[in-house]
Amino acid sequence: MQTSNNAKRFEQAVLPHLDAAYNLARWLTHNEQDAEDIVQEAYLRAFKFFHSFHGTDARPWLLTIVRNTYYTWIQQKRAHEPIAYLDEEIEQAGSDALNPEELVLQSMNHDLLREALEQLPVEFREVIILRELEGLSYKEIAAIIAVPLGTVMSRLARARKRLQYYLTCRMNKE
Amino acid sequence: MNCNDTQQLIDAYVDGELDLVRSLEIERHLQECASCMQTYKNRQALRTAISNSSTLYHHAPASLQKRLQSSLHTASKVAPSPRTVVWRTLIAAAALTLVLVLAWNAFRMLTPPPASGSLTQQVLSSHIRSLMPGHLTDVVSTDQHTVKPWFDGKLDFSPPVVDLKQQGYPLIGGRLDYVNNRSVAVAVYHHQEHVINLFMWPADQNASQETTTITQQGYHLISWTRAGTTYWAVSDLEEAQLQDFVRLIQQNTQ
Repeated sequence: MQTSNNAKRFEQAVLPHLDAAYNLARWLTHNEQDAEDIVQEAYLRAFKFFHSFHGTDARPWLLTIVRNTYYTWIQQKRAHEPIAYLDEEIEQAGSDALNPEELVLQSMNHDLLREALEQLPVEFREVIILRELEGLSYKEIAAIIAVPLGTVMSRLARARKRLQYYLTCRMNKE
Repeated sequence: MNCNDTQQLIDAYVDGELDLVRSLEIERHLQECASCMQTYKNRQALRTAISNSSTLYHHAPASLQKRLQSSLHTASKVAPSPRTVVWRTLIAAAALTLVLVLAWNAFRMLTPPPASGSLTQQVLSSHIRSLMPGHLTDVVSTDQHTVKPWFDGKLDFSPPVVDLKQQGYPLIGGRLDYVNNRSVAVAVYHHQEHVINLFMWPADQNASQETTTITQQGYHLISWTRAGTTYWAVSDLEEAQLQDFVRLIQQNTQ
């Protein structure tokens, strides 16, 4: 009886955040099948440890588990994504030479925007997803990725510079 | 605030994560600096592009929800596992719990304590907030006989409202605010394009009768208590002018 109550509570508190869990997993893995596997694994973990959740909003808690599940999975796969630090180049290239009106026009091109996000190294990609697509606060993001607030701020800044740089380059090519 | 500081903080500003004082400093800098303004516009354009692009959000397929529900159903009914599995689960559970506990402790440590702040800081913040567009007045009137009754029914005290138009400090309206853990009345005055906020609330028993002047972040705050009411006058006027204003208020609220 206790167990089925627990299951019901879990369904009410955690299942509604399935889209958020899947969206994060999908952006982390680049792949639908892997995302589904990770979400399923994360939900089982979340269910097991549901008794340790005492907050009011289960979404950041669930996203923490999704992210941890992803990093465990990727370590097992030993498929490290190459992380290239290009920031100096980016700053020299003057990313702010980009004309904002053109950027707005480009926003019609969803594919290019998606491509720009996909090519970001994972530590930048995840902060953009959590901030721009999930609308989480710096504090919540800091808790999920287990870094100080200041790191969230600087990572977001660098992620956006990279996006802008990428979009500018692609636009100039076309 | 210079370009370097602004570039460092522009993302937090765009995300609405900066405190009010630094937000205002950034706004001031953006007005003066075309290059930082360009950065700001680019950030805005990028954010708009991402949030307007509905196809970027991946929604979970319906089949996944069904699959989850059935596997949760099984998980909640599953019989106790053999001993080895139990141990392995326990170890994994301990490890994950530790991670979660650490993460949530970090989360809580990062959470700033509730901003109680000193009374001075509260009054000053309220003054600065009132200067943002649309925050200055709840009731716009140059007539003390409109402003004073407006407060009735909204507060558990009746604040003295006087007009000092003749003396060069016209009343422009009133506002409700929340300071010192209570609702307070604010009468708003103008003097040569400067705004003066006059906060009023019933005095505590041990409120100081003396007139105290504090200068903070370029603003002057003068506080005093008369006839059971505590007053705080805040403005970026020169100190002598604000003191003049305070003297006039004191004379008219005897």
